[in-house]
This record gives sequence, structure tokens and C-alpha cells, in this order.
Amino acid sequence: MTTKKGMEVSVALGEAVKLANADVIAAYPITPQTHIVEHLAEIVADGELDAEFVLVESEHSAMSACLGSAAVGARTFTATAGPGLEYMHNVLYVVSSMQLPIVMAVTNRALSAPLSIWSDHSDAMSVRDTGWIQIFTENGQEVVDNILCAFRIAEDQRVLLPVMTHLDGFFLSHMIEPILLPEQSEVDQFLPPNQYPLPLNPNKPVTMGDFGPPIIYAETKWAQQVNLRAAKEVILEVWREFGERFGRYYIPVECHHCEDARVLLLTMGSMSETAMTAIDKMRGEGKNVGLIRLRLWRPFPFDEIRKAVKNAEVLIVLDRALSFGGPAGPVCSEIKAALYQQDKRPKIVSFVGGLGGRDMSVGGFEEIVSRGTEISKTGSSQEFEIFGVRG
Amino acid sequence: MTKSEGELTWKDLEVGSIVTEPGNARQYKTGDWRSQRPTYDFDKCTKCGLCAIFCPEGAISQNEDGYFEADLYYCKGCGICTQECPTKVITMVEEEE
Repeated sequence: MTTKKGMEVSVALGEAVKLANADVIAAYPITPQTHIVEHLAEIVADGELDAEFVLVESEHSAMSACLGSAAVGARTFTATAGPGLEYMHNVLYVVSSMQLPIVMAVTNRALSAPLSIWSDHSDAMSVRDTGWIQIFTENGQEVVDNILCAFRIAEDQRVLLPVMTHLDGFFLSHMIEPILLPEQSEVDQFLPPNQYPLPLNPNKPVTMGDFGPPIIYAETKWAQQVNLRAAKEVILEVWREFGERFGRYYIPVECHHCEDARVLLLTMGSMSETAMTAIDKMRGEGKNVGLIRLRLWRPFPFDEIRKAVKNAEVLIVLDRALSFGGPAGPVCSEIKAALYQQDKRPKIVSFVGGLGGRDMSVGGFEEIVSRGTEISKTGSSQEFEIFGVRG
Repeated sequence: MTKSEGELTWKDLEVGSIVTEPGNARQYKTGDWRSQRPTYDFDKCTKCGLCAIFCPEGAISQNEDGYFEADLYYCKGCGICTQECPTKVITMVEEEE
């Protein structure tokens, strides 16, 4: 029988990678990801995990080393944040296109300048289209669970795609929370050994990441698109099985009072828990509001989003990232695109908030709901507003 | 590969577009990149083979009469052979539209 222990989420994440019995970890330290890889380095150095810990000179090298290790069929993990994720950008596309099942934790961090080590989703949004499966987490337990699920999803023979598990830097990575770590035997049953179907092997040579001239490139890309969309069924299946085994169930879109809410708020990541508190408070005051928490970012859960908002009159989307010169926050843009063809859809209001580690408080969410509801009636000359920006 | 690249559909591709058949790059036609084509006046040819040595594609080999000639499936029409030929055997002409 396992019991909850208070531990830092980064440490718990490292423990989850140990439970997953990773073979190779290649990472470059960057705030706020450092505690994850420091803990893993200790675990490997102490002989608690029989893995190669590859020290690299950059994030580009980290992802390249992971690419090589996944190509020989090793279970591979890395972690990064913000500018580090940007630095491996090119290799992210290569990894997903080559269908290499790497798991990466991203402790979400703002992008410079001005230099910011604090959290927002700018890094995640800049890798939106890299072809990785992407899951956003809200608390330490979700992080642990969705590292274990990430390996299982990534390595599933029907998927074979890399998975990013996002956790907000500091707000989540550095929190000390009560976390339940499953037993090794339970994880071993849930997570069978990695069986990459066509690994690099001198006895059976293959060419990976080959030259793709115009005559074949489009076919490779369509195969990738179909594969990533189809991965959703496996993700649902893995989350269901995880729930049956461990008692914690995950779904792509979490609804909190969605069914009868007139005004819905949509958030992603750790601020969703604060938003939930705000929604509960407003409900207590008799306000007809609800909350959607988006967990699965890629593949995008179109059906679940359409179902979640179908009764709402107003949908307020709070992005933790900007799309400079664009129509709205990036999440809001996708929500709008998903709903545009629907006969009945709510009015959509876009806010950006929590940039570069700015706190989003319960009171802040109350204000967003109130201001968003007002904008839905009056309209606005702005495509979106940055919540709480001075001046 | 049982199908040529032009016949392959997205469903025919291996995981991650991995190539499992060694040496199939020879099926890749580079000749259609060509805008100029080599023509030969073999009366001047001494069969020295310099053109074949300089050809960056390795597309030139000896024909049945022993003269050196480009395989137009691979020849990209770069014209290096015309520059290197000591007896000016080769002339580049425009490909027809």
C-alpha cells in the first residue's frame, strides 16, 4: 500500500522516470527544469536506475542524443524549458517525423527578452506544430501520472510518437505537494518494455531520416498527420487503463460545471486550479459560470471542446502566451477555429494573462469572468486584452 | 521497394518513413532536374575517360563501342564534362520544353 508523501514536483517527476525504468536520459540544465535533471543525475549516479545519463553541451545536442538513443530502441527521457525548448526546435520536428517515442518534460518558461525565468506558455506555443503529442498538467500528481502515461502512449505500436508533458515552471515544478508514487511492480505491469519495430541494428540495416524529395515529402507529412490524429484513441485508452489500475482518471477536456453554465472560462496548466476555486466561489454567489480545463493540446480534442461549450452563451479563453500581431491568444485562436463551423456557438472573448510568471489570483479570475462577460455584450476594439496590464 | 517513389501512397510508408531496402537511392531519378543535355561528337573522342572521372554524379560510363556517355536518368546537365573534355567532344544543348 502506497501512501502520499510531500515532495517537490520536480523530484517526484524524476522518481516517475525512474519508475518508468528509462534507459537513456540526455539533458542540459536550464531553470526551472534543473531540479528534474539534477535528481535524475543523482538517481543514476547512485545506481538506483540503470541508465545512461548523457551530459551534453546544449539542448540541440540533448534532443539529438535522445533521437539517437530512441532510434536504437532505448526508452528515452529529457527535460527542458523556455529558451532550451526553442534551441532544440529543429530536432523536435525530426524526432516526430521519424516517429521516435521520446518523452520530454517541459517546465514552461517565458521567452526573452526581457530575460525571464518565470512561467508562461510561450515556449509550448512555439512548438505547437512540431508533431509531438502534448499534455498539460495542473498538479504534481498529474505530472507523475502523465509521465508514466506518456511513455506508454509514445511507445504504443499504433502511435510511436514523442510526447511532451508540460508543467508550469516554479508554479508547479518547484511546489512541494502530497504525491502518491505507485509501486514499481504496478508500473512494470502498466508499462511493458519498449519494442521499437525498426530500430537501428547492424544485423538488419535501415535508413532513418532519409532524403525526401518533392515526389514523396507530402505523403510522409500526411502519414504523420493521420498518425497524430489517430493517436487520440490510444491516449484515451491509456488514460482509461491508467484509471482502472491506479484510480486516477484523465480525459482531454475537463468540465467543471459546464453543463448548465451560461458563461464558461477556459484555462490550461496549473492556473486551472486557481480558476476552479474562483468558479466555485462565483457559483456560491449564484453566478452561472463554469470552467473548461484543456489537458490534451495535441492532438487537439475537437469533439470534446465542441461538446463542452455547446450550452454556453459566452466562452472566455485565457491564454498564457501571446501571438504577436495575431488574432488572439494561440489557444483561443484554435478554439475559435474549432467552433467556427458550428451552427450554435458561444461568443468568444480572448484574454492573455499570467505572462512571465505574473500571478493569476482567484480575484483575477473573477475579474476576467466579469470583464469577459461585459465584452461579450459590448464588443471590443481590441482582438484581445492582456489582463492586468498597467496603463 | 516494390513501387517507385511516384507510385507510393502515404499508406505504403514504413514507420517514420524508414527505408528498409539498402541501395534504393538508385531508383531516384535526378535526370529530370536537367535543363541542358550533353551531345557527343564521338569522332573526336580518345576514350580517355576524364569526363567520367569529373562527373559529380558518377553518371558517365562506357557504351558498347567504348565511348563515354552520360546516363540521362541521372545526368543533371551540369556541363562539367564539356569543360573537362580535352578534345571538345561534348556540347550541351537546351532540353526541349
